[in-house]
Amino acid sequence: MRIPLSWLREFAQVPAGATAEDVMAELVKVGFEEEAVHRPTDALRGPVVVGQVLSLVKEPQSNGKTINWCQVRVVPEGQEQTLTGKGIDPSGVQGIVCGAHNFVEGDKVVVTLPGAVLPGDFHISARKTYGHMSAGMIASVRELGIGEDHDGILVLSRIGLDPEIGTDAMELLGLYDEAAEINVTPDRGYAFSIRGAAREYAHATGTVFTDPASKVNAPAVLSGGYGVKINDDAPIYGKPGCDRFVARTVRGVDATRPTPPWMSSRLRLAGIRSISLPVDISNYVMLELGQPLHFYDQDKLSGDIVVRRAVAGEKLTTLDGKERALDAEDLLITDASGPIGVAGVMGGASTEVTDATTAVLIEAAHFEEVSIARSRRRHKLPSEASKRFERGVDWQVANIAAQRAVDLLVELAGGTADEAGTDVGTAPDPVTIALPGEYPAARIGIDFTEEQIVTSLEDLGAVLEKSDAGWTVTAPSWRNDLETKEDLSEEVARLVGYDQIPATLPVAPPGRGLTRVQQQRRRLLQALADAGLTEVLAYPFVSKAANETFGVAEEGAPRTAVKLANPISEEQGYLRTSVLPGLLEVAKRNHSRGFRDLAVFEAGLVFLPGDTLGTPSIPPLGVKPSDEVLDALYDGVPDQPLHVAAVLTGHDSPAAAGHAPRLWDWADALDIARLAGDVLGVELVVTQGRHQAFHPGRAAQLSLRSGEVVGYAGELHPKLLAAHDMPARSVALELNADALFEAAADVVVARHISTFPVATQDVALVVPQDVPADDVLAALREGAGELLEDVALFDVYAGKGIEDGKKSLAFGLRFRATDRTLTADEASEAREHAVATAAERFGAVQR
Amino acid sequence: MTETLPGAAVPNPLDQAAINAAVDQAVAAIAGASTLDELKAVRLAHTGEKSPLSLANRGIGSLPKDQKAAAGKLMGSSRGRVNKALADRTAELEAENDARILVEETVDVTAAPRRRRAGARHPLSTLQDRVADIFVGMGWEIAEGPEVESEWFNFDALNFKPDHPAREMQDTFFVEPPEAHLLMRTHTSPVQVRSMLERELPIYVLCPGKVFRTDELDATHTPVFHQFEGLAIDKKLSMADLRGTLEHFARQMFGDEAQIRLRPNYFPFTEPSAELDIFHPGAKGGPRWIEWGGCGMVNPNVLRAAGIDPDIYSGFAFGMGIERTLMFRNEVGDMRDMIEGDVRFSEHFGMEI
Repeated sequence: MRIPLSWLREFAQVPAGATAEDVMAELVKVGFEEEAVHRPTDALRGPVVVGQVLSLVKEPQSNGKTINWCQVRVVPEGQEQTLTGKGIDPSGVQGIVCGAHNFVEGDKVVVTLPGAVLPGDFHISARKTYGHMSAGMIASVRELGIGEDHDGILVLSRIGLDPEIGTDAMELLGLYDEAAEINVTPDRGYAFSIRGAAREYAHATGTVFTDPASKVNAPAVLSGGYGVKINDDAPIYGKPGCDRFVARTVRGVDATRPTPPWMSSRLRLAGIRSISLPVDISNYVMLELGQPLHFYDQDKLSGDIVVRRAVAGEKLTTLDGKERALDAEDLLITDASGPIGVAGVMGGASTEVTDATTAVLIEAAHFEEVSIARSRRRHKLPSEASKRFERGVDWQVANIAAQRAVDLLVELAGGTADEAGTDVGTAPDPVTIALPGEYPAARIGIDFTEEQIVTSLEDLGAVLEKSDAGWTVTAPSWRNDLETKEDLSEEVARLVGYDQIPATLPVAPPGRGLTRVQQQRRRLLQALADAGLTEVLAYPFVSKAANETFGVAEEGAPRTAVKLANPISEEQGYLRTSVLPGLLEVAKRNHSRGFRDLAVFEAGLVFLPGDTLGTPSIPPLGVKPSDEVLDALYDGVPDQPLHVAAVLTGHDSPAAAGHAPRLWDWADALDIARLAGDVLGVELVVTQGRHQAFHPGRAAQLSLRSGEVVGYAGELHPKLLAAHDMPARSVALELNADALFEAAADVVVARHISTFPVATQDVALVVPQDVPADDVLAALREGAGELLEDVALFDVYAGKGIEDGKKSLAFGLRFRATDRTLTADEASEAREHAVATAAERFGAVQR
Repeated sequence: MTETLPGAAVPNPLDQAAINAAVDQAVAAIAGASTLDELKAVRLAHTGEKSPLSLANRGIGSLPKDQKAAAGKLMGSSRGRVNKALADRTAELEAENDARILVEETVDVTAAPRRRRAGARHPLSTLQDRVADIFVGMGWEIAEGPEVESEWFNFDALNFKPDHPAREMQDTFFVEPPEAHLLMRTHTSPVQVRSMLERELPIYVLCPGKVFRTDELDATHTPVFHQFEGLAIDKKLSMADLRGTLEHFARQMFGDEAQIRLRPNYFPFTEPSAELDIFHPGAKGGPRWIEWGGCGMVNPNVLRAAGIDPDIYSGFAFGMGIERTLMFRNEVGDMRDMIEGDVRFSEHFGMEI
């Protein structure tokens, strides 16, 4: 909402020297945030004066153009030019070259004299042009920054002005005025008006407020006017769409008269374009009082006006010239011809006021918020009117606003008001709220005095009546947001000042600290960072193809994913089922920025919709739903486990003198995945894996002991890397972190530490190439029995001395007993058992 | 010196002067040895089998019986002196040698390569942990919830009326099909509702997490960002408790001089509602007030939606953006730096903020 200061001053005591910034500084105290300052003089500086064209000589030029060489009087005849400066003629007559042709000798125009600055930092000076010394400019509205019209020169008589020569044109055109723009929160519809803003300014400053409504002399009762019927047979939430319709008629209107500059300048500062006098008047009254109006050309109406819901199939051509199919829920203004407006949103073209209109029918109606909001959304027609109706308009002000419009049409458009008028509808019951005396203090924490409570609420316009427990408060008609004792407490606090609220620190009951999962998550992220990886964050929006590649191991297998109804981009229209696509994009971005050695990781939720997605309906607000309804809400929300993934490419460290870095390889990906398991105390079972995003021969599938697959690690598929412009041999891993957290033991049981000597034995086994080393190791472990303390693979060899298709695996076995020193025979025996098991399972032969 | 050896005259083991001369000669030679190798040669010349002293010593055996004791004593002490000189000089030369090796092994430490790369946490992640720790220290607990959420938890339970303009101001990502009433949470407040439904009273929880709005990415907006929201539900909580909690938190984050300011505002889920400004003493360009978040007293309708009696319990809630906090606390100038994943951004922070 933009508030022209001159307008605000009519109803609030704004100090003479106050700027828009000063006004905003006050309003922010009562809850209206500062948005912007609109001040014409920031871009426009004088001297800009009224001049009269004394003579005008048309001079055709060699370029085909004709210019006017004008003598313009800028000081009344017989008076001295008091301005001085380069290019200012002491005679009071300026010679000016002008290219526009919409004016004649004798016209009064706006002259920007040398020394003036126009919007766009355009400095006016005397300069030689077309063979003359042109000392100034005859201005158009566009050059002055007050309109779009570039038809030509602003001729003052055409906007109804005949000022004295030499008059300050900036003053004349209201250009010294300025506007403060504030943000109005959605609960305060009344503040979308000068009336509301002035009241709030008075609250903020503790000064007197004059209600603009009180300055209008409206008849208490209207009758005999244009026929209007309210006939809403399908109210939304049981509330009638229209509960008041005031109609007034003004005849003999000259719609072509110019809008006076005081009005057009205020409208302009308020952000509304001047269109025609009747339209400007309706906007002006709306801005002043907050009541949207609609003007009809009464001669184009046929029969009574009926306010009703639309009938399926009805159509209306709105003021913007578009034909709109109406919905049965739309509230309409109709006459005998059919729909003539979508109530509170936009009028119809057929009954529009034009230059030819002489009889204006003014509509000042009260429409219900939800009905207007839905029509506005349905037809995508946000308007100044709908903005106000959606937030709530004062029921009481309709008649007053209609009268104000009548008065302005009479005064400015030469009209005559009909004595008769229409006012139909039923006033809603005033909202009364029981306010216990001690409640505001308990809610806010300030020990309010009774006087503070009473004064604050009365200042708002509320009426208080003492009750046993406190007060019964009747909310003002323009404050539809006041419904509860909490609302009233806020108002008291707001007017007394939030800065008065003291600070006390409540003590929470003894807590449990971070949960186990929260601790596990921190440990996991920290361990990955400690291992040299860099945490990044990517968006969860991915393509369908990305989900189908990364989100499912088997190529071509179906992947269900959550699709967004209104994504930022259609290509990224789905939510991720794997963290890798986003991470790969991040890696690629870094790579393209010149970082070739990368190890990045991200932990984030993935979205795995199940069979049920959402709920067909949702319960109402303000009531706890039943357990069944709540369960359905919970069940409808897709599974969203935390995944952690990493992408590694290039080298493990920067190359340097005396240090040859190593290329990251598939084993690093696997190693980091295992490290993740280690820091959580979860053993990951590694098996040869198959995942379409990975190299078919260089991927590990990672599982829990229970068999649950929790992730993959290895080299990314060469084709996929090529498609992503990523270096060959880049590696990656992804783990379901939630599954790891879940698998971690609650309590770690201590293991006995034996201090008896160790007995080590090595064994080399020849097995077929395709036997996984880890399986052989497991067989050794099993066969060796409980004397085996540890076993590790320390060499893999294939080649000379080993049969084709086979490989040699060398393991170091470490034996130790808990109760005695092992003999060499005992250790050897255990080793033989181990080898025998491996031989039995895989045909392993000892080398 | 060495030229007197071998072949020098063998002294008589009873000739004290001759023996002393041999000892003096040996000691002088030992002192003159400047390397361990030289010392080895000296040792062989003066204590070897063919050295004058060894030969003289051997001569004791052929002496008459009554002279053997005197000769033995003389030779013993003489050879002892030589051996001691040898041992001392050996220790000296070894020490010199050791020191020289260490000097020779000197490297240019400034040319050392970095073999390990330091990893890094994302500062948003680190800051989130830090905020959580402050509240955990106050006895609060950390609550989390899903990012795709039922519309009821995100809006209705929080007193957003179905057709109210406030609902549209949230620029929501909806999930297909719209009839399923699922969306990407626009704030972490649904976690507050879940907490109220699932926990015992009183409740003191902090809900950090990712939230989503349909804003295009630019220097100050991102469709995905992070918030932390606090919720306290207890008997007799007032706005003074809200202010006290926020003040305490602000001082933990920004130092003892930090102050907060509340300005009236509107949110459907709180009544009264306030905008929270922080006076940041260390702000770039000098101390100033900065918009930090929103807060207020929980609207009774929100309590009712969770089955909590607003006549017995009251509560307060607050919420701040983590990106915004990082922007003014750590002077991050552009939102895109935080979300594009450029490793330089995280790595600059390392594990710290």
